[in-house]
Amino acid sequence: MEQLKTIGRELAMGSQGGFGQSKEFLELVKSIGEARSKAEEDRIVLHEIETLKRRISEPDIPKRKMKEFIIRLVYIEMLGHDASFGYIHAVKMTHDDTLLLKRTGYLAVTLFLNDDHDLIILIVNTIQKDLKSDNYLIVCAALNAVCRLINDETIPAVLPQVVDLLNHQKEAVRKKAIMALHRFYHKSPSSVSHLFSNFRKRLCDNDPGVMGATLCPLFDLITVDVNTYKDLVLSFVSILKQVAERRLPKGYDYHQMPAPFIQIRLLKILALLGSGDKLASEKMYTVVGDIFRKCDSTSNIGNAVLYECICCVSSIYPNPKLLEAAAEVISRFLKSDSHNLKYMGIDALGRLIKISPEIAEQHQLAVIDCLEDPDDTLKRKTFELLYKMTKSSNVEVIVDRMIDYMISINDNHYKTYIASRCVELAEQFAPSNHWFIQTMNKVFEHAGDLVNVKVAHNLMRLIAEGFGEDDDAADSQLRSSAVESYLRIIGEPKLPSVFLQVICWVFGEYGTADGKYSASYITGKLCDVAEAYSNDETVKAYAVTALMKIYAFEIASGRKVDMLPECQSLVEELSASHSTDLQQRAYELQAVVSLDAHAVEIIMPLDASCEDIEIDKNLSFLNSYVQQSLENGAQPYIPESERSGTLDISNFRSQDQHEASMHGLKFEAYELPKAPVTSRIPPASVAPSAELVPVPEPSYSRETHQVASVPSISDAGSTEPRLKLDGVRRVVWGKPTYSSPTSSTSNASQSTSNGVTQVDSAANVNSKARKTHDSRKPEAEITPEKQKLAASLFGGPSKTEKRPTSASHKVTKASSHAAEKSQAPKAAVVSNQATLEKINHQPPPDLLDLGEPTVTSSAPSVDPFKQLEGLLDTTQVTSTVNHGAVGATEAPDIMALYVGTPAGGQSSSAENSLPSNSYDINLTSELSNLTSGTTNAGATLPTQFTKGPNPKDALEKDALVRQMGVTPSSQNPNLFSDLLG
Amino acid sequence: MGIRFILMVNKQGQTRLAQYYEYLTLEERRALEGEIVRKCLARNEQQCSFVEHRNYKIVYRRYASLFFLVGVDNDENELAILEFIHLLVETMDRHFGNVCELDIMFHLEKAHFMLEEMVMNGCIVETSKTNILQPIQLMEKTS
Repeated sequence: MEQLKTIGRELAMGSQGGFGQSKEFLELVKSIGEARSKAEEDRIVLHEIETLKRRISEPDIPKRKMKEFIIRLVYIEMLGHDASFGYIHAVKMTHDDTLLLKRTGYLAVTLFLNDDHDLIILIVNTIQKDLKSDNYLIVCAALNAVCRLINDETIPAVLPQVVDLLNHQKEAVRKKAIMALHRFYHKSPSSVSHLFSNFRKRLCDNDPGVMGATLCPLFDLITVDVNTYKDLVLSFVSILKQVAERRLPKGYDYHQMPAPFIQIRLLKILALLGSGDKLASEKMYTVVGDIFRKCDSTSNIGNAVLYECICCVSSIYPNPKLLEAAAEVISRFLKSDSHNLKYMGIDALGRLIKISPEIAEQHQLAVIDCLEDPDDTLKRKTFELLYKMTKSSNVEVIVDRMIDYMISINDNHYKTYIASRCVELAEQFAPSNHWFIQTMNKVFEHAGDLVNVKVAHNLMRLIAEGFGEDDDAADSQLRSSAVESYLRIIGEPKLPSVFLQVICWVFGEYGTADGKYSASYITGKLCDVAEAYSNDETVKAYAVTALMKIYAFEIASGRKVDMLPECQSLVEELSASHSTDLQQRAYELQAVVSLDAHAVEIIMPLDASCEDIEIDKNLSFLNSYVQQSLENGAQPYIPESERSGTLDISNFRSQDQHEASMHGLKFEAYELPKAPVTSRIPPASVAPSAELVPVPEPSYSRETHQVASVPSISDAGSTEPRLKLDGVRRVVWGKPTYSSPTSSTSNASQSTSNGVTQVDSAANVNSKARKTHDSRKPEAEITPEKQKLAASLFGGPSKTEKRPTSASHKVTKASSHAAEKSQAPKAAVVSNQATLEKINHQPPPDLLDLGEPTVTSSAPSVDPFKQLEGLLDTTQVTSTVNHGAVGATEAPDIMALYVGTPAGGQSSSAENSLPSNSYDINLTSELSNLTSGTTNAGATLPTQFTKGPNPKDALEKDALVRQMGVTPSSQNPNLFSDLLG
Repeated sequence: MGIRFILMVNKQGQTRLAQYYEYLTLEERRALEGEIVRKCLARNEQQCSFVEHRNYKIVYRRYASLFFLVGVDNDENELAILEFIHLLVETMDRHFGNVCELDIMFHLEKAHFMLEEMVMNGCIVETSKTNILQPIQLMEKTS
């Protein structure tokens, strides 16, 4: 019976479904909508692909049908499957004369194809034709396509027409033409460099939409070249002023804010133009100040504009009044319960502290709250802020926190990022060598595979060279502590390869240097490493070279060498290794061990990794040998270039490279540039070239001394990130550690708080409970831990001028270390205190526990929209009661109703026959509803909801959809729920 | 460039609309969508509406069962993007009337047309609902 009904319904509808789409399409959408798992969805899509492959190439498909097929192709690709079999049909559809079909065709093509796809060439012609169309909607559709499909090679084909369209009478066309030029600028700046004046012209367009769009390319242009556009400052300021004064049409208002998105873009532009330019900045002060005053701070969009104002204020030449206003907004953001606003606040704070460092202090507790928040996004943003405010006095706390966080996460992308930040900060601000080594060890241990190899080389170099001062005792102490810490760590399972390489190298160079450990002890450890990581050839190579060094040092110092049995077996095993590199190292070791002390001392001088190696490129020391050989009748050497025959590999390669570069100029997407090489080079010569070329490590690790020289090369690269920090290092706030008063005061505060913590942890429960109630009173529940953390991060509440001392930090790294060393006793005190501090901070669970209440307290965090929704719901209910349609407020309810009484649903759908027409009617009634809604409901509800869900419409729509066969069921309970309701 | 992609994904992780402003292969899209959706679904209502993912920042907002996700560059105003999402939903609501997931599914191309009016080259170019919807309404009338 049910089935019969369904069939009857389908017959009644014919092939045309409710929304002007075929039954088939509706079925597809329905089944996708009801699919419960990715696997089920995939099955549906695969079936659909089969169907379409068959049907799309049938002859004489009606246009409307074809359009539907194209949409179905879009679905296939959207759901992650390949629909390339149908691309050509989408391309064909762009040739259609009907606007809707043409636009659908363009849409599909832009969704399917990258701008270098072969099929694009078939569309360029159509685009050219459409750009000339009398129908401006067709021109717009073509311009949309231009923005997606035209690449640097096809720009000339459409550029003249696009330029003409800049003066089109329709504003929509002008807007899109500007954006097309914008796109060309991205693809090939030189192609439109002569047209930049058009952007200036369109900035003064009568239509605010065109003006607003023009800001996009202008922003990009100004980013690249500020000075050329300084003359526009006044124009931008006056536009912004007009926008803020509500001179634009009402249509641009959003939640009572006048054209906020345009305001934001203008503020971004002003930030660029005013950066480091006092004159330009002064012109902006008034308007930015006005916006600060006018902005609605209760809505999200108002806060978005305010945030942009802060960005602008912190970028332009500082103005005390604006900075004050910015600081005020920031503190409101940070005190807010909304995590989004806190996030914006932290970001804004990071911008403002560059100009007024002192403002961070008042927010220290808020910052710490964010740092301890379980929300990763907020936490990371806070780390960003801390990174910006790191200095030598707080580096330990900050880096420790970063490392703890780094250990706790799995996201490799961010792990890499934060590891490199730790390294950067440690290299820059390390208070002591010991701390530096410890920090690096932690980073390597937990993220070793993710950090840049350069970091490892830097570390080795640092251990070898010391911190740059001429204090040998300190250097050797550094090395001993490194060796000791590595001996401790080496027992840990699964250490990262890079870290093991560092360890082996350090063992080799300094393992026996201070005489604390015997050669056999260190070599035993090295053998263990080689054995435990037998899959890692690089580690084994480092280990065997380290062994060689240790034996060499032993021999050189006149001691007798007893090779451990495991060591001997290792060397024997390696001398038969598949890796020629390992083989060579093993043989070298055997050779060195059998030499006498004098010879060994020359080949392997003690601690000479920092010495320069003089290389005799001419190999002059071989002259006598060569001479002798020649006299004995050997063939003289003929340089490669003079040899006859083309078997020369290097020749081939250079030729190939040349060819490759030729290809670069042409446009041949599918050319495989490597192919000819393998075919042309005789196999005999391929093998050695493959063997010789790609073995990079022996070049620096076979020669022990060269290891040191490699880092020095990489050093050039590593200075780069440091350079970026110049701005950061200028930041001076709080106090530097080196001054003894600081350490003593914070020590004192610590000891007192130490006593307090005991009591307080017991009282924690109480404070927690209290906290959930009033999060508004931060003073009331500041825990000593937090205060302590704040003190260590921000340098305590007492802010004294310590600029002179901190000035020494601004000097280069080396000199700051020197300064540090000169204050050796004080530094010791500091590091003592640091360890103490660490112990105090040790129980992070405590801190987190304390952090949690703040989270729960933010649980009722008021998203303005949520509130409004709540508001809306109640009003809605009352309105439905008025209409007598009880229970129709929410879609799920309706569904339940329908599921319960199918017959009722049937009857209601009967009322709504003539589906395709009734949809139109629906729409218009909806529109009229809207207008009436705005006038009526405006009084009770904010505008964004004035058009609010109309239960009657919802009912009608449900009925309509049901009729099409999409039945609300437990499978798709959400398909019908109003997004805004 | 600003906006790198706009996604609509439902609670089950099924994509309802995808628009990319830079080219990604099918596999890259599939992987990206899966990862992002997993990340966003794991978050609760109190947490920020922003998530970092690789080089993107994702701004997301949930409406009924549907998540709207916008991938942006690092220097974009997140709060503004959050409101842009709402503007998009309001615009669709004005057009469809009580817009629901099914509307977007049945009228995928129209939802795309609206986006085409609002965002070009990854920039927000039009925010007036009247201007956004006018071409679409005209097109409906003629065909």
